[in-house]
Amino acid sequence: MQYIKTLTNKKLKDSLAYGGCGECQTSCQSACKTSCTVGNQKCENKKVNKK
Amino acid sequence: MSKGNIHKFYLNEKYIVVDVNSGAVHVVEQIVYDILDYYLDYEINEIIDKLNNKYSREMILDAYEEIKSLEEEELIYSSDFDTNFEYNKDNVIKAMCLHVAHDCNLKCRYCFASQGNFKGQRKLMDLETGMKALDFLVENSGNRRNLEVDFFGGEPLMNFEVVKDLVMYGRKLEKNKNKHFRFTITTNALLLNDENMNFINENMDNVVLSLDGRKAVNDYMRMTLNDGGSYDIIVPKIKEMIGRRKDKDYYVRGTFTSKNLDFSQDFLEYYNNGFKNISIEPVVTDPNEDYAIREEHIETILKEYEELSKKYIELKKKDPEFLFFHFMIDLNQGPCAVKKAVGCGAGSEYIAVTPEGDIYPCHQFVGEEEFKMGTLETGIINKDLREKFKRANVNTKDKCKTCWAKYYCSGGCHANAYYSNNDILEPHELSCRMEKKRLECALSILANE
Repeated sequence: MQYIKTLTNKKLKDSLAYGGCGECQTSCQSACKTSCTVGNQKCENKKVNKK
Repeated sequence: MSKGNIHKFYLNEKYIVVDVNSGAVHVVEQIVYDILDYYLDYEINEIIDKLNNKYSREMILDAYEEIKSLEEEELIYSSDFDTNFEYNKDNVIKAMCLHVAHDCNLKCRYCFASQGNFKGQRKLMDLETGMKALDFLVENSGNRRNLEVDFFGGEPLMNFEVVKDLVMYGRKLEKNKNKHFRFTITTNALLLNDENMNFINENMDNVVLSLDGRKAVNDYMRMTLNDGGSYDIIVPKIKEMIGRRKDKDYYVRGTFTSKNLDFSQDFLEYYNNGFKNISIEPVVTDPNEDYAIREEHIETILKEYEELSKKYIELKKKDPEFLFFHFMIDLNQGPCAVKKAVGCGAGSEYIAVTPEGDIYPCHQFVGEEEFKMGTLETGIINKDLREKFKRANVNTKDKCKTCWAKYYCSGGCHANAYYSNNDILEPHELSCRMEKKRLECALSILANE
């Protein structure tokens, strides 16, 4: 593409297929104890990350 | 099916388009940015008429085709997906904020814990209660292997012997129960010494060290019990602690208030002290406090975040290891849709336990009687409250349903919502505006990498 650079094309809805395993870190436990953000966390689903 | 929403903005010399439902993020040329103003409502010939004073017909046609192909790939204007998932049906608990000390050796003006005692009596958790808490976590963790325990207070180092014994107890449980504890500690650093620094270094996955940036800012808010400043005592200790961490995680964490709306200067103070992993967050307090963040401060704060993002981009070029927690976004290995919809999991996957063994949805609700969920003896008996927290997600919060940032902030902090609107389902408006600006900054930083 000439005019568009896509930073990520990973579709959120695709993650529903494997989502919700719960192994990821709780968002309010690290450096934030008041302002919740989950965008900075990593998925820790081993099945997904092996792909 | 109706078209989904996008959010577009210009920041740090980049035009950025976020496709809300797919999560796709695009850095675009200005021509695409301009076409998107008309794309959904006008035919291509009309768009050409509207923009032909700025771009040639061929350019508009080419850019239009690129947008169209993204749309076909469901990477722009993508429809919302079915988020009717069942969340935590087995009521698994995986994280615990363990209040080992409801007492503190500082008296910070803004302390949500009422200078450490959480509106109750000053008390340290005894070992037996702490062990019961870890047992409770293991017993309620189902098949989850990774369990998190944050030693919290008040000031947890005031009860360091119990912290040590609990870590050792946790290691035994790991072996017997096939679990893995990630221990963290959140400390004001005042009591750090050779012994506890070594212990923290060896046993804690993360250490969060509280400091509010510049000396004058820190000392105004974070006072010792004798009304003195804490900066000169704690900064050398924080430096020593970080020096020992080497490649292990730590964060230097600060709070900003309406008294330091120029908090990008505090951010620089951290950097100049050699602190590479940092976090600065807005104070959560009663709006009537003189240091509270109110509507009249918001525009200044949003500009300050933008200023911070510019400084951050420059610093990252020199020093890629420098990390500001609230500007970090992982677009490729980030959390799944379920996690993005439900957020922190307070009251369901995440609980706080007091020195008395009382259970609350998280540390922010400790001391609020109506939020007591049970005790370590009874287990969670307020099941209605647990259900209420489980149902609190971006699909049940009206304000979140149409918000572009919903899959990044996940509906925000329940406690912020409760303390500002008396309802965990109604997000705190000022926090939303700050969060959205932080996200725009974070995405513009990625676009500049």
